[in-house]
Amino acid sequence: MLRILHNTSWDFLKQWKLSVITVAVFVIPAVILIPIRGFNYSIEFTGGTQMELTFREAPAIADVRAAISGAGLGDAEIFTYGAPTEIVIRAQESQQVAQLEAGAEMVSQQIERTLQSRFGADAFVIGRTAAVSPRVGSELRSQAVIATLIAFALTLVYLAWRFEWRFGVAAVIATLHDLAASLAFMMYMDLEISIFVVGAVLTVIGYSMNDTVVVFDRVRENLRAHRKMPLYDLLNRSVNETLPRTVMTGTTTLATLLALLIFGGSVIRPFAWVLLFGILVGTFSSIYIASPLLLWIESKWPHRNEAAPQARAARA
Amino acid sequence: MQNVKSRLLVIAAMIAASVWALFPRQVVERVKRDGVFVYDTVSRVPLKRGLDLQGGIQLTLEVDQSRQTITDVSDALDRAMKVVRTRIDEFGVAEPVVQKLGNDRIMVELPGIEDPRRAEEVVQRAAFLRFQITDESQALERVVPRLDGLVKEKGLAAATDSASRPAANALGSLLQTVDSTANADTAGTSTDGPFRRSLVPGQLPGQYLVASADYGQIDALLRTPEILAALPPGKDVRWGTDSLVSGTQVYRTLYVLESRAIIDGTYLVDAKPNQDPLEGAKVDFVFNNEGGRRFRNETAKHIGDNMAIVLDDRVMSAPVIQSAIGARGQITMGGRDLQAAQDLALVLRAGALPVPLKVAEARTIGASLGEDAIRQGLLSGALGLALVVLIMVVYYRFSGVLAICGLAFYVLVTLAILAGFDATLTLPGLAGFVLSIGMAVDANFLIFERIREELDAGRSLRMAIDDGFDHAWSAIVDTHVTTALTAAILYQFGTGPVRGFAVALLAGIFASLISAIYVVRSLFLLWLSKNQTAKTLSI
Repeated sequence: MLRILHNTSWDFLKQWKLSVITVAVFVIPAVILIPIRGFNYSIEFTGGTQMELTFREAPAIADVRAAISGAGLGDAEIFTYGAPTEIVIRAQESQQVAQLEAGAEMVSQQIERTLQSRFGADAFVIGRTAAVSPRVGSELRSQAVIATLIAFALTLVYLAWRFEWRFGVAAVIATLHDLAASLAFMMYMDLEISIFVVGAVLTVIGYSMNDTVVVFDRVRENLRAHRKMPLYDLLNRSVNETLPRTVMTGTTTLATLLALLIFGGSVIRPFAWVLLFGILVGTFSSIYIASPLLLWIESKWPHRNEAAPQARAARA
Repeated sequence: MQNVKSRLLVIAAMIAASVWALFPRQVVERVKRDGVFVYDTVSRVPLKRGLDLQGGIQLTLEVDQSRQTITDVSDALDRAMKVVRTRIDEFGVAEPVVQKLGNDRIMVELPGIEDPRRAEEVVQRAAFLRFQITDESQALERVVPRLDGLVKEKGLAAATDSASRPAANALGSLLQTVDSTANADTAGTSTDGPFRRSLVPGQLPGQYLVASADYGQIDALLRTPEILAALPPGKDVRWGTDSLVSGTQVYRTLYVLESRAIIDGTYLVDAKPNQDPLEGAKVDFVFNNEGGRRFRNETAKHIGDNMAIVLDDRVMSAPVIQSAIGARGQITMGGRDLQAAQDLALVLRAGALPVPLKVAEARTIGASLGEDAIRQGLLSGALGLALVVLIMVVYYRFSGVLAICGLAFYVLVTLAILAGFDATLTLPGLAGFVLSIGMAVDANFLIFERIREELDAGRSLRMAIDDGFDHAWSAIVDTHVTTALTAAILYQFGTGPVRGFAVALLAGIFASLISAIYVVRSLFLLWLSKNQTAKTLSI
């Protein structure tokens, strides 16, 4: 029988200070960066125009930029992705976005005509274009925030019902941490926040909640089996007991994500990055954040009369 | 043993149902053949590909209020939807989608089209409503032999004939011989051809029926310059929007109209559906003063004739003119319900009050990018699956193999659910599916680790397996429910791509639950019943 991390009895809770420091060191610089650099929102959120072009022969970026500037779109971002023949043009400055109010397709047509007159009609093929008017973008942004908030609220209610409110609060805070860490990660990597990436963040929330729930499920069970055990030891024991599963699930999920990252293509890649990081963090938080939090909440709002957890456990 | 047998039976039934749901089936859809779209029966796996996997255009339109304020946005949007739906056929796209988004937007998806400018022009063009008298001189029937002669001569049929089916033709020609033998020998170039076979005179003057199987062919022929030139002068040939069912055969309607319109939609002020206790559902309409005068003159000349209501070159309806009508008139629906009256009133309003639309969002995806996406999705899916199989077999040996059987079941059922709900497979959906493979084995880890613990505690093999499954149950349910909650919210709030992801995830969660707690457990029970004396388990 091949076994990893079998019968461990590590004191995970002892390191709570270390984990708080780690989180602080990781998240705080990102918070400082937000007003300086801002998030790299995709045009879906800001409004704007994005075109992916494949040229027959690699053009000089400077030439493309000169042509685009000539068309009055000087602030447009121009960069290559993958091969030097593949060029992305992104116009999402406020002035370019304002032009879209009249009709979202205007700017992309302007770019296409400009490049055609500069490089010839057959010089490039348009792969993907997206043009979003600013109103659609701002609506989408508020929708994403609302969706995340509702996701949290619903899970909190479910966990409070299945376990107890303390568990729910600890799980939700641990997951909030994952959300913050994922956003910080996107900040550092300068990943574009698209609707797809928001989907990835929400998936991380679900996954991390999953992990925490498995640990808490064991806590709930051990609470029933070992009435006399101090909560500190009991939490440690539960984390240790579920450790093989936590690590194995993390590993397999990471393996499939690695496959997506390598072969998934340019659209999937940012999505896979966020998930990859989020799942690492989710695993970390279910061990190092959720349980210490539960202990802390318990010490603040003690609840050691035996009847209540038992009644709840019996219902579960 | 009895228990094991019934479990295996249930699993076999689920597998059979899934395979059936995924089995290539006969569907009638529009396919491109020799550059022309025709309706045809094709055999395919019932999983639709999303726009991002096959390339195409997606437009989000909204009512343009920059030049004029529109008081009733909801009605304006309904009118615009009607117009866009009517026009969508112009693209000859296999599966166009026209959908209302929220209260003030319309989403249009045109798979396979790559010219956004043309799409925008067609969709944004103002609606055009005309009233035209239907032809009573049998002008079309008289030129049918010449049209068929042209088809034969120019070899036009070869390009388009593939769509016609023998059954439809048999019925068509049967009806034809009864009605139009008198005209067969007029011009005498050809006595047989697609027009002669397909055109069946309808109940109204100037109306013809074309079996829906022949629609693609006739439509393509009617667009060729040679045929257009040979059509009767001074007449318009227009398709109707309605179809008639006679026995098992579905017919499209084709109308021959006087080219000169008696009046057009610019004179129309309003149209409302109404319910009359005596006459049933009807539409009341109002012309302005000048329109009323013109309309009275024209209708007085055409009492007893049929007046076709033509929106964007499509005949919406062709009621009979009972008497001269002035500024206020009504169209009785002839026993059809209020819904039909609402539809017709919407058509009239759409023509009378054109809705300016602007593009709020435009996306195009090149067809080659779609192919790339499918290839990448399949490749990463295969690699992900291979890695999971490797991890399971190395770590859990024989039990890992059982889990992989469960995983195979999971993949099959997930795809079947997606097919069953007629879900569209998108790139994010593929990603969600690949991701959920990793998560689907989570339940197995929970169970197997639990069984190991029970074995460590010194329980017998059978007890350990039973307890392992039972004790892992609560954790499995809770993890699945929390993930399902997030997926449901993604579905509710997301649009397009995110929805595809959420649907794949939801289907995966459901399949994973059955796979882990039912299928894998049954496999363990089967193994136990075959190895009654076993003392150890390879786990």
